Amino acid sequence: MSERKFKQVGTRPIRHDGLEKVTGRANFGADYSLPGMLQGAVLRSPHAHAKIVSIDTSPALEVEGVKAVISGRDFPIPTREGDRQQYGDVPDLANNVIARDKVLYHGHAVAAVAATTIEAAQRGAEKIRVEYEVLPPVLDIESAIAPDAAILHDDLVCQGPAPVPSSPTNVARRTLLSGGDIEQGFADSDVVVEREFTTPMVHQGYIEPHATVVETLENGNVTIWCCTQGPFAVRGLTASVTGIELSKIKVIPSEIGGGFGGKTTIYLEPLAVELSRRSGRPVKLVMSREEVFRATGPTSAGRVRVKMGARKDGRLVAAEVVMYYEAGAFPGSPVGAGCMCALSAYCFDHFVIDGYDVVTTKPRVAAYRAPGAPIAAFGVEQVVDEVAERLGLDPIELRLLNAVQENDVAPYGPKYQAIGFRETLEEARKHPNYSATLGPNQGRGVASGFWFNAGLQSSASVHMNEDGTAIVTTGNPDIGGSRAAQAIMVAEELGIGAEQVVPLVGDTESAGYTDLTGGSRTAYATGMAIIEASQDIVRQLRERAAKIWGVELDGVAWEDGRAVPSNGAASDVEPLNLAEIAAQMGATGGPIVAQAAVSPPMAGPGFATHLCDVEVDQETGKVTVLRYTTVQDAGKAVHPSYVEGQMQGGAAQGIGWALNEEYIFDENGVVENPGFLDYRMPVASDLPMIDTVIVEVANPLHPYGVRGVGETPIVPPLACVANAVAAATGKRFTDLPISPPRVLAAIDGD
Amino acid sequence: MQSIPYQAPASVSEAVALLGSDAEARVLAGGTDLLVQVRGGVRKPSAWIDVKRIPDLLGVSVEGDSIRIGAATPAAVIFEHPELQRLVPGVAEATDLIGSTQIQGRATLGGNLCNASPAADTTPALIAVGAQCIVAGSGGEREIAVEAFATGPGQTALAQGELLVAVRIPKPAARTADAYLRLIPRTEMDIAVVGAGVALTLGDDGTCTQARVAIGAVAPTALLLEEAAAALVGSRVDDDALARVAAAATAAARPIDDKRGTIAYRRKVVGVLAKRAAAIAANRAQER
Ligand SMILES: Cc1cc2nc3c(=O)[nH]c(=O)nc-3n(C[C@H](O)[C@H](O)[C@H](O)COP(=O)(O)OP(=O)(O)OC[C@H]3O[C@@H](n4cnc5c(N)ncnc54)[C@H](O)[C@@H]3O)c2cc1C
Repeated sequence: MSERKFKQVGTRPIRHDGLEKVTGRANFGADYSLPGMLQGAVLRSPHAHAKIVSIDTSPALEVEGVKAVISGRDFPIPTREGDRQQYGDVPDLANNVIARDKVLYHGHAVAAVAATTIEAAQRGAEKIRVEYEVLPPVLDIESAIAPDAAILHDDLVCQGPAPVPSSPTNVARRTLLSGGDIEQGFADSDVVVEREFTTPMVHQGYIEPHATVVETLENGNVTIWCCTQGPFAVRGLTASVTGIELSKIKVIPSEIGGGFGGKTTIYLEPLAVELSRRSGRPVKLVMSREEVFRATGPTSAGRVRVKMGARKDGRLVAAEVVMYYEAGAFPGSPVGAGCMCALSAYCFDHFVIDGYDVVTTKPRVAAYRAPGAPIAAFGVEQVVDEVAERLGLDPIELRLLNAVQENDVAPYGPKYQAIGFRETLEEARKHPNYSATLGPNQGRGVASGFWFNAGLQSSASVHMNEDGTAIVTTGNPDIGGSRAAQAIMVAEELGIGAEQVVPLVGDTESAGYTDLTGGSRTAYATGMAIIEASQDIVRQLRERAAKIWGVELDGVAWEDGRAVPSNGAASDVEPLNLAEIAAQMGATGGPIVAQAAVSPPMAGPGFATHLCDVEVDQETGKVTVLRYTTVQDAGKAVHPSYVEGQMQGGAAQGIGWALNEEYIFDENGVVENPGFLDYRMPVASDLPMIDTVIVEVANPLHPYGVRGVGETPIVPPLACVANAVAAATGKRFTDLPISPPRVLAAIDGD
Repeated sequence: MQSIPYQAPASVSEAVALLGSDAEARVLAGGTDLLVQVRGGVRKPSAWIDVKRIPDLLGVSVEGDSIRIGAATPAAVIFEHPELQRLVPGVAEATDLIGSTQIQGRATLGGNLCNASPAADTTPALIAVGAQCIVAGSGGEREIAVEAFATGPGQTALAQGELLVAVRIPKPAARTADAYLRLIPRTEMDIAVVGAGVALTLGDDGTCTQARVAIGAVAPTALLLEEAAAALVGSRVDDDALARVAAAATAAARPIDDKRGTIAYRRKVVGVLAKRAAAIAANRAQER
């Protein structure tokens, strides 16, 4: 397979959606409008934790222009026994979309209004009378798990291996992975390093706020336009929350201005559906940036304790990792994924990984790029660094001594097939940035990262046009350049140029069922379906040529976009190119179309190694990133520019998480920085050009060797930056963000 | 969108008359503070009085012994002005720090002063160079020193109906130079956690003969620091003097704890920036 000589795969054609994007023509979620459309506004909870005693929506209806008002009681009662979908617990989701009996975070939706203008809708929302019985907020892990903690959900009983509490608690689930004999492992170690780490809640920070337009018809049919990573997820989840039959809902995904996992769920869609049903008019709902911060995303705050033992020769022996992740208002933090990733890059004979999913009165977390893994890696990769330091070993050398390779078994079970972790370490060691001279107050950090990647379900269809060009349709919104990669795959099989393929993002009625654009699965799984469908097209093209030539199918081979007589077959015919065969479709059997569906149970995991150089201002504590290098195994980079873009984007988000990003809550659980001024994501001038090195160790599960690349690059940076700052200052930073006040306090020893 | 009446007077007297007749009308310059506040529901003006069409409020000129900057001059025009850059580099760099390229095409000096944020970047730089605000009202013009212009967060010495017309900066004497520094956790698009501006004059032997030190974002208004200036005057701006400048700035700061920085951090760093700005100003003066 790796022997295959590619013609299109690995090239860098201009992306098919580029012109519309750079000229502002592309339509994003908020760009849709329909005749007679109403504007909606959402009334949100002013409390982090309260019972809703009563809601009187009638005053809103008295406001001129208001056409419909809804509250949680207008939706079917969600039950825990109810429909459990693969995207999480539907009752929790429904209660998050709009509170029914209780609000569980400041900004939780409690009612919504649709009116002829946005001002009227907002005025209507202000008029709604809600009586709350305020309850104590639960704002961190310590207070959530304390014996006297206020309980968020009366019916929440901890799942997972004993010992877990049996009465209702704020701990939703325990995940435990172990192997070997941990005590023996530490006893056999020459050095043991133990530290505790914390990370705050951070937001995905996608530039496009959530937005939707919904139209309902008299026959009950519903059309939803929205920005999402998964139109089928929106359809299924909206059906569950509203009680509308799934087949009556059509979801049309818009272009998407970032998601990073945050657009894998629903917030506004059921509200707009219900408002539209009641008013008989199309309804548009668009979040403000403040609403995005208060009521969507973020990812968990975490507390991670890591204890690691190693022998003098650099061999890692034992590790114990205990992790508490905040899920926010409803169970479902990514602690399970954190457990799966925490130790998966190294071989430990003895290990315990113990994870707890904790609810707090904060926004419900949503997926964020490699959910859970960066938080775990922040602890583990710093401790690995410290072990290397204690043993006097180069940090890359120590990692190479312990790196997993083919046939090693991951702590969560699977045996690795071909993987490229060692290759990333070796490339990083060879990179000129690893030997660049450092000046005073500068330091270099190294960290690696693992992400398992997802397979799930995908389908694709390919249609030939009469002129020999092709159209490929999938159900995956293009969030990271996937259209270009999809066109390349069709082009590779058909033997034409990528610009001769039109890649389309279908809606839920024009594309076959396809899971989210997420889990780094689109190029991998949807790619497999595309390749299979394209191969089917090639077979059909050969059939048509066979018919034209009057030979058997195996008398026709497909080479460079042309049908040619295969070895030994009649050679008195001229090759037929795609356009010639396509032009004769009608006479040779009709349209040439193909479709394929896949559901790979696994995906090839991704590994990366990053290098970071920083300079620390000793008097202000400000950290400047001087150089940043990402090395990652992509299996096979279909469109290298978008692989590099993923590597750079993940690194940029991770650097932001490391240095300045954090949700700041006041004592009542109100986010104090719900905007980009004070939620300090990096701006372009904060970062150096991020260097990229793509390593290609083919993934045996994919016909081209592709592995997902979107998530792995956010795993190492938190620890990589921390390791660099430690090298520059001699201080370990175990709490994020590594912001100037924190750095200065450590330098000054306060 | 809400609809708010808009007027664009062509003269100072017309603007003053409009302002005098409606207490809820607001001057609109670049709008980079005001539009954000209105959209956030913080302010609800009854009318916009756009001052960007008044010739007296536009442009940078060097006349006689002073530099005049019209209040409605955008930041980019100010810091790109070669003579201004040469004469008061600290004022130029403070203006250059505002926002980003896009913001700098709109944000005006007058808006920065009149918005009266304790963290406004141009304020300490202007105080350091001894700038005066030229203010027009129904009774004519008056001058207010920049250090007296902001009276509290969002509060100025402007009386109702008054308009800031220009800022006048005395042309620096020989061997005089200024500098401005601020600390933000990022490189741009952020609000000063701490700012410090210094202007000083060196004698022929390198001894500092005059100095003004101003700090921002560490008190309800920017502060002019007599003690820090005294630490410089008579010194050769050596490490010793700089340490005393830092200590004086730290002692004078009265910051708050908020999402942008802690009290302890701001106090320490204001000293660091004051001494660094003084060192830069001294180097610049040395070269003159
Ligand atoms: C993204 C962004 C980044 C920013 N970064 C910075 C920064 O780094 N540093 C910084 O200091 N500021 C920053 N600001 C704030 C703002 O840009 C500046 O304060 C700017 O100088 C304001 O000028 P303006 O012309 O836009 O004022 P406007 O918004 O038009 O007006 C501000 C206030 O002053 C009043 N006003 C304006 N002109 C006059 C006048 N001539 N007479 C009387 N009253 C008047 C207005 O009525 C209003 O109350 C930033 C703002 C944004 C949006």
